[in-house]
Amino acid sequence: MEFLYSLFSFFYQFGDAFAFLVLSACGLAVIFGMMGVINLAHGEFILCGAYVSTSATHMGVPLPIAIALGSLAAGIAGMIVEVVVIRPLYKRPLDTIVATWGISMIVTQGTLIVLGTTMAGSGTPFGSFTVGDYSYSIYRIVLVVMALATLAALWLMFTKTRFGILARATIQVPHVAEALGVNTNLIYSLTFGLGAALAGLAGGLYAPTMTLVPTMGAAFMVEAFVTVVVGGADIFLGTAPAAVVLGFIKASLTSWQGQLAGQIGMLIAVIIVIRILPRGISGKILKERA
Amino acid sequence: MSSASRFTSILKLIEGPQTLGKGPKFWSGFTVVLLAACAYPAFADSYDVGNNVYFFNWLFMAMGLSLIWGYGGALSFGQTAFFGVAGYAYGVLTINLGDAYGLTLLSLVLAVGLSALFAAILGYFLFFGRISGVFLGIVTLSVTLVLERFMAQTAGPEWAIGKARLNGFNGMGAMPSLTIPWPGGNIVLYPDVTLYYVTLALLLVCYLGLRILVNSRFGNVIVAIRENPMRAEMLGYDVRKYQLATFVIGSALAGLSGVLYTSWGNYITPASMGMTAASLPIVWVAVGGRTDLTTTIIGTLAVLMVFQSLTIYGSQYALIVMGTLLVITVLIAPRGIVIALISPFMRRKSKLEGER
Repeated sequence: MEFLYSLFSFFYQFGDAFAFLVLSACGLAVIFGMMGVINLAHGEFILCGAYVSTSATHMGVPLPIAIALGSLAAGIAGMIVEVVVIRPLYKRPLDTIVATWGISMIVTQGTLIVLGTTMAGSGTPFGSFTVGDYSYSIYRIVLVVMALATLAALWLMFTKTRFGILARATIQVPHVAEALGVNTNLIYSLTFGLGAALAGLAGGLYAPTMTLVPTMGAAFMVEAFVTVVVGGADIFLGTAPAAVVLGFIKASLTSWQGQLAGQIGMLIAVIIVIRILPRGISGKILKERA
Repeated sequence: MSSASRFTSILKLIEGPQTLGKGPKFWSGFTVVLLAACAYPAFADSYDVGNNVYFFNWLFMAMGLSLIWGYGGALSFGQTAFFGVAGYAYGVLTINLGDAYGLTLLSLVLAVGLSALFAAILGYFLFFGRISGVFLGIVTLSVTLVLERFMAQTAGPEWAIGKARLNGFNGMGAMPSLTIPWPGGNIVLYPDVTLYYVTLALLLVCYLGLRILVNSRFGNVIVAIRENPMRAEMLGYDVRKYQLATFVIGSALAGLSGVLYTSWGNYITPASMGMTAASLPIVWVAVGGRTDLTTTIIGTLAVLMVFQSLTIYGSQYALIVMGTLLVITVLIAPRGIVIALISPFMRRKSKLEGER
């Protein structure tokens, strides 16, 4: 029985790490995979989602709707950023990183000035349950389910909907898609908005479990970065398997040596993976397929 | 070639295709600025002079980033990691070794060496893995963020190396300043006029040395790699080795900044490796014009002074101004504001160069 308890504990930790990696990375991965842009303001879209959804909860909006609102707000902000800053820079992808970093600085400091050093949280819902000697938060299980649901929804969106097909066409051969009547600018805007909305979703989902401070976006950045680096450009063949591998490493090291060891271990794993698989897991899979 | 003529041929590299300023006009301007910098302590309070060494401390990191990013084309967003590693190493070493017998100078060399070694190990994985530009940026940024978090949790008494407590988020203090052993009494480099001249001299050596480096064969190769890595490779250069060497040199300069800063303020904190700290060098170098050492220095000093005067008057808007400056630079003057301002005057010359 003791063994089963610790097995459950490990799976809980693994699921928690997996969900965090998937949710924090998928927005970044969609934008990078589809547009080749690394969005350094990713953390600030997460911040936006977290703040909007928490404010909504304070106003009495039920949590699921509040989270959706946070995601929507981040998505709209993302589309505005795309039009104003990203669009002029499509021919210079490396410059978009620098520009989005500038946005990140503006938003972090702006939030600090306008909303102060911290915002009252909304408390983790659902309470907890006990297995063996330890108690576990139900909300963390919900987060795992949400991570899987997000991946499933993205898969459906990119394979089954008209937007998904147009988006993939635009990414593969932009000028042909344009010649066939696709409004590629709109597709880019929507894709960037989608990535930002996913970041906002992560923010909204994790807001009840975190302290809300203007720099909270940075807490997601390392995880999001390493998942995208290990995964490569494809979200399904890359981000998801990368989150499994890294979640496993993180959960093992965290239960052994604590939170920070998990993070350091993950980073070292990433640096080694870069040496072996420079284009990430998806690069490896796609190359073998091709 | 005799050694004397080899020496002069190296000196000739001080101006060349990879650096903007050339000819008597530039060098007389350069001399005027240098003389003004030398004369400055005579006209100012020695306390202010010591304080203003602060600006010089950062220039080494800025020049290193200009080398890596501007000349080499590799986006390293985590130069603060090497700054922090060297700063902490200097603190730990000097607190344990003390400041007698020139041991602080040994600590300086060891600390810079350590940051270079760290850069070499990290760079080996990054460049020999041949990862693309964007990934390099986010991996180096992740490294500095994780280092910050690591140092921030070292508050407990168990986090000590010898006599040096790491002190977590509060940062490490009370390390001795750089001390030069001198007959008739050591010269302690407190933030004062002496430190000003020592730092200025170091700056001059690094600046001129880097000018020679970027105009040398090595410099031309790294610029070629920036322009077209594949072509450089086809011409027989091992791109990875050149990129790694550039990265190590640039990071050692960041380490030098870290040591000078730590010795200057007798203080280093984990925040010096955080997100905000990491973003500032990018702003300085991007605004000035990263593809040239001189414009990098001008831009860095200008941006630092604006930032400093904003923060001194308690404005919270300093970081917003920095962010806006960065976005505007990228959108309007991608090569840097200083370069954009001087390019109308340079046009004729660069046109001639293009024909050559």
